Amino acid sequence: MKVLWDLYVSWFKMGLFTFGGGYAMLPMIQKEVIEKHHWATEDEIMDYYAIGQVTPGIIAVNTATFVGYKIKGVIGGILATLGVISPSIIIISVIAGLISNFSELEVVQHALRGIQVAVCVLMFVAIKNLFKKGVKGTAGLIICLSMFALSYFTNISTMILVIIAGAVGYVLSTVRRKGGAEQ
Amino acid sequence: MSDFIRLCIEFFKTGLFAVGGGLASIPFLKEMAVKYGWFTIEDLTTMIAVSESTPGPIGVNMATYVGFHMYGLAGGIAATLSLVAPSIIVICIVAKILEKFRSSPIVNGVFEGLRPAVCGLIIAAVMSIYISSLLNVSLWQSTGNMLSLFNWKACGLFAVLLAFYLYKPKIHPIVIICAAAAAGIVFGF
Repeated sequence: MKVLWDLYVSWFKMGLFTFGGGYAMLPMIQKEVIEKHHWATEDEIMDYYAIGQVTPGIIAVNTATFVGYKIKGVIGGILATLGVISPSIIIISVIAGLISNFSELEVVQHALRGIQVAVCVLMFVAIKNLFKKGVKGTAGLIICLSMFALSYFTNISTMILVIIAGAVGYVLSTVRRKGGAEQ
Repeated sequence: MSDFIRLCIEFFKTGLFAVGGGLASIPFLKEMAVKYGWFTIEDLTTMIAVSESTPGPIGVNMATYVGFHMYGLAGGIAATLSLVAPSIIVICIVAKILEKFRSSPIVNGVFEGLRPAVCGLIIAAVMSIYISSLLNVSLWQSTGNMLSLFNWKACGLFAVLLAFYLYKPKIHPIVIICAAAAAGIVFGF
């Protein structure tokens, strides 16, 4: 029981003190999971991160589930995950409540319209980094552009597009592997 | 089907198919805005700003915000739990076959396609945010004047903030958001 409580509290702290999730969470994970509780080693955390990026869902949540599962099975995974999302639920509910109460005020509307421009700036830089990291070679560029076009100009659902892209990636890598084997 | 159950299903789907972190959920959220009209593109933009300036994973924050926006606290909790449920299920399975999964050529191949695709999908979703924040499409349609298409105040602020952020990339996003809010109030956006 004590371990389950520790898992919840510890991941609650990590959810509370990291802005942005993902890699921003690494320093906290190192302190809490590796140094304080010895739940995992540095290498294991890097593996969880790598797998967190190639499994669906939010990386921070996936990492929490991994650590919890390793320590206490499915229940451990669930409690660690609940821990990491609890601060968000509390904080966001308060802010969402405030915004819906004050959004009628003219000054709040001006501020929100300014904030929309800030989001454009943040997204520009985030996409620039994502593009550098994720779009490699001609094939990558073609996949990126065609997915952009399909998503922007047609009504095909995002879910279907993700499945198509995964299939294309699989076919491309199989063709390349076969080609390599023949030479 | 009631909207509440629909909301849970949509977030479960997002959790299952949004691969590669918080930003990957933006295309799914945009689709919800367009398809169900649960919130507007402006609401989505506010959600991204709130998620970026509060602690916790961005995807989780957005789910809570959307859920709360529609059904209050219960909606926020339900949407968030629906979003993380696929992660819990998938990871508990993957954790058992860790080594096999990581070295699998199938998994690696699939991700060769997914990584660039996710980038394209996010760009498409963010285009709508750009159009609603920086352009005046309805004004342009009524006047026919090309110059009235651009929201000049917003474009100017965008250029200034972007230059600043590229010059100082280590700065926290909350600084950019607060500066933009102040500019919005001072210049009457």
